[in-house]
This record gives sequence, structure tokens and C-alpha cells, in this order.
Amino acid sequence: MSSPLSVAAVALVCLTTLVVGALGLRLSRRTSDFYVAGRTVSPRLNASAISGEYLSAASFLGVAGLIYDRGVDMLWLPVGYTLGYLVLLVVVAAPMRRSGAYTLPDFAEARLGSRAIRLVSSLLVVGIGWLYLVPQFQGAGLTLTLVTGAPAWVGGFVVMVVVALAVGAGGMRSITFVQAVQYWIKVTALAVPAFVLLALWFRSGSPAPQVDPSWSIPLSPSGPDDHPTYRTASTVLALCLGTMGLPHVLVRYYTNPDGVGARRTTVTVIALLGFFYLLPPVYGALGRVAYPSLPPGVRSDTIVLRLPETVLPGLGGQLLTAMLAGGAFAAFLSTASGLAMSVTGVIDQELLRPRVTRMAGGDVPGIRGFRVAAILAVVIPYGVSRVTEPLGLATTVGLAFAVAAATFAPLIMLGVWWRRLSTWGAMAGLVVGGTSATVAIGWTIATGPAGGWTGALLASPAMWATPLAVTTAVLVSLATPSRIPAGTRRTMVRLHTPERVALARSRIRD
Amino acid sequence: MHARPVSRDLDEQTELGDVYLEGLMRAQLRLSVAVVALTVVGLAALPITLLLVPATRTITIGGVPFPWLVLGVAVYPAAWFLARWYTRQSERIEQDFAEVVDAP
Repeated sequence: MSSPLSVAAVALVCLTTLVVGALGLRLSRRTSDFYVAGRTVSPRLNASAISGEYLSAASFLGVAGLIYDRGVDMLWLPVGYTLGYLVLLVVVAAPMRRSGAYTLPDFAEARLGSRAIRLVSSLLVVGIGWLYLVPQFQGAGLTLTLVTGAPAWVGGFVVMVVVALAVGAGGMRSITFVQAVQYWIKVTALAVPAFVLLALWFRSGSPAPQVDPSWSIPLSPSGPDDHPTYRTASTVLALCLGTMGLPHVLVRYYTNPDGVGARRTTVTVIALLGFFYLLPPVYGALGRVAYPSLPPGVRSDTIVLRLPETVLPGLGGQLLTAMLAGGAFAAFLSTASGLAMSVTGVIDQELLRPRVTRMAGGDVPGIRGFRVAAILAVVIPYGVSRVTEPLGLATTVGLAFAVAAATFAPLIMLGVWWRRLSTWGAMAGLVVGGTSATVAIGWTIATGPAGGWTGALLASPAMWATPLAVTTAVLVSLATPSRIPAGTRRTMVRLHTPERVALARSRIRD
Repeated sequence: MHARPVSRDLDEQTELGDVYLEGLMRAQLRLSVAVVALTVVGLAALPITLLLVPATRTITIGGVPFPWLVLGVAVYPAAWFLARWYTRQSERIEQDFAEVVDAP
């Protein structure tokens, strides 16, 4: 399926990313520009940027592949990805913006006044970020291999270089413009081929897909050892709670002008995501019409890219494939740059900045350290993506959500709403939630999917790991009231009081 | 009698400021819990309907099976309406709060 059109589309998307990133570079001068775009981003631009950043390889290729493979139950995934923003909106959007912190570790330290919790949060940001970056590089590899025949390492390598350049050059300001543009590239690239394929399908007499009844009926078990209701409910919970704990999602809330702006941005995000997620099921269902069963040696993640040239041989099919390949690269680049930005911020602030400041001080060396951190943030997950066997794009992303749901979600929810959270309670919750989710997922990856309740509980741990983390945090907090941070009341005033109320002492100035 | 706005009590974390903050947080949290509860009920309604009325599992509307329409299409506008309703309500809570605490 090698096609010069697809190569041109991928190159165009990469160039656009770099050019828009360079425009941002001319605007970024101060250190705060690098992190939060000077906090002047309007809700509409910010909503496009958040959606652009969020729609990754998993949404662009993985969801349609899973729907093709397993049917209607996989529609719960985009539902969970979208409802994650509804939960984020009602639980943390405005307070998180009012906290005045740059990153999740900043928030944890500001709320709990503990360097140790800051350190654990930083490790989690890097861990979740890297886990989420791996499938972006793998998706890029398989896309480029499919459309150009290039070796598998090339696609991920291209994404790694473009992301390191874009993040290192302009930081968050450039990334905001880049992400906003990429949402619209992705929607167009997925929508236009979908409408063409649907029109062709109608013209050929709308043949029904050849499927098993269990493919189109929700929650039908695939065998006696399968527990679809638990599996689905736990996955949806992981996505709903995990969204607020993803480092590249919350960091973007700091670019809203105020708490009210943060909420309005989120409402627009839900509309933009909902519109996008109407499209993947079209590919999943039409895929079943074109390929009643998956051809041997073909990964279901590539169904979206294979469909146009199967249905429409010739130049038309090649054009549509080129659009999809370009859109897929927009997805890899935007998510990878958002993640790389967050991981870079943490590496810069936690590892490099303290050392550089001790040696020199001032703003310029700070920005040089930021660029070194940007390179570190992408090279390591790229290496991991080359040595691990791909699990399926949406599956790997789901693991990152589950870890976030068992660690940051309890910390943020209790931190924002519960005044009796103690330092020890927060730490115990992070450790228990993080350990249990990581062990369960590691076990599943190492031994492969197991049947029965053990297999279901280990493969989808959010349903038990998150309540376990919350309970631990609450019980330990109640047992250690002397460890409630002294500034809790002031923090709560800051998090919940609307901006229009003038607070001379409690507010942190931007 | 208090001759200054409550916002200074909030700022200085007096007992009075604390009572007002508690009230604000409780009102916001109640609203958030209501939205989450509506979401959970809405999501659970689909499998329960399919279980209680088996015909809905295979019924098609305009050629698309009912479960696909619900999960693939209807969920999204519903989530958007709920989000917009929440945003308006929480802004109203904040406006009422601001008027009370800023009054001299």
C-alpha cells in the first residue's frame, strides 16, 4: 500500500506542527510562558487544544479497531473517555485552576505541604506519561509501515524528533496553538473518509455486516469464564476517574484565565469529543462489511487505514488513506507533545532546575535545562516502545488510565473536597493505590489475559484499586489528625472562593 | 454587628469565614454529587433496559441497532447538556456567595 500521497500527508502534518511551534517560540519569552502560556488562553482555543491533545492513537485508530474486533461493548470506551471530562468538570476543574499550581506535583505540594508527596507525585507523572507515550510511538510505527513500507522504527522516531523540537522550542504556548490546530486536522481527516465510505456503502445497497449476534448486543459474555459486566464497569470507572489524573490533561487547566473559564472550557471539550467519537464506530462497522474476519497477520488497530483502499481501489482510495495517515500522525504528535510537555516540566523542575540554579541561577539556564528535559522525556519511552511487544493501542492507554484512577484521582478528589486529609493519609493512599494497580497490570501484561474472576480483577483493577486507595487515605487521615497540614483552611479558601471575591492574603498571584 | 464584608473573614480565616466557606463547599459538592449520580443512573439504565425488555437488544431504529444508537450517539448530547446545566448552576452558587460575602 505504498503511496507518495500518504508520505506527503504525514510530512505536511509534521511540518505544520514544527512551523506553528516556531511561531510560538517568537512569543515565548518568560519562564511562565513556557509552562502555562502566560495564562491568557481563551476558553474556545483552550477547548480545541485540550481535545486536540486528548485524542490520541487510541482514539484515532485503536477504538475503531476494537469495535471491529469485539463489537458494541467497545463503544463504552469513547463514552468513558468523554465522561471523564464530565467528572473532571464537576469535581476539580475550577478548584484546580484556582489552586494556582503549574503541575500535579505543584498541586500536591501546595495542598499538603510535603516534599515527599511531591516526589511520589513526580514519579507517578513520569511513569503514567511514559506508559501513555509508548503506544503513540508504536501507533506511528505501524501507520508508517502500513502506508509506506518503511521499517517499524521509523514512524516512532519521526514522532519523537518532531515532539522534542516542538516542546523544546516553545513550551506550552506553542503547544496550545499546535494542539488546537490538530483537533481540527483530526476531525476532518476522520470525518471526510467516513462520509465517503458511508456513501459508497449506501450505493452498494447497504449490505449488513456478517457478525455473530454477541458482536452487537452489549455485555454478552464471550465464554463461561468471562465477566463482561464487571470488565466493562471497571474500565468505564478507570476512564471516568483516570482522565483527571492524567498529567497532560490537568496541566492545561492552568492556562485558563480563571475557574469559571476552566468550567466553560470543559463544556466545550465535551461537545468536541462527542462529535469526534461519532466517527470510530462507522469504521468498526464498515470494517466488518469489508472484512467479515480479520485477515491473518493483520492487527485490528490498522482497520481504519486499510478500509479506504479495500472499498475504493485507485486514486480515490489512496487520497483517503493519505488523509487518514495524516490525521493519525496529528493524533500521535498532539498527544505525545502534551505528554512530553508534562513529563518535561517535572523532569526540569525536580531533577535539572535545582542543580542548574545551584550552579548559575537566572532565567536563561532554566530554559536550557527545560530543553535537555524535553529530550529525556521522549527518548526513554521511544526506547521502551522498540523493545516491548505491542498490546493493542487502546489497551495500553487503558492501563495508564487505570494507574491514574487509583493514584491521582483519590489524591485530587480528597485534596479538593476533604479538609481532614492528612499528609500521611495522602501518602498511604498514593502508595496503596499505585502499588495495587501497578502489580495487577504488570501481572496481566506478564502472564497474558487469564480467565475467571482472578483474570477479570487483575486486568481491570480500577473498580477495587480506587476504592481501596480512597479508604486507605481516609482511614490513615482519621488516625493521624496531627498530620493535617497547617495551611489547609487557607488552601480551601483559595480553591473554592470565586475570583470575583477579593482576597488580599489567600490568593496566589499568577 | 459586623461592619465589614465577610470576604475579609474568609481571607483571615476567622470562625465566621469558615462557616461561609463550609456553606459554599457543601452547596457545590451537593451539585457535583447530583451530576455524578445522574450519570451513573443514566449509564446503568441501558443494561437494565436490555435485561428487562429483551426486545430492545435487537430492535433497530433507521437500520441501526438500539444499543448502538444509545452508546454511539445519544450519550454525547446528554453529557453536554448535563455539563452545561452544571456549569450554570455552579456559577449561580458562586454569584450568590459573592454577593453575600462582598456586601459591606
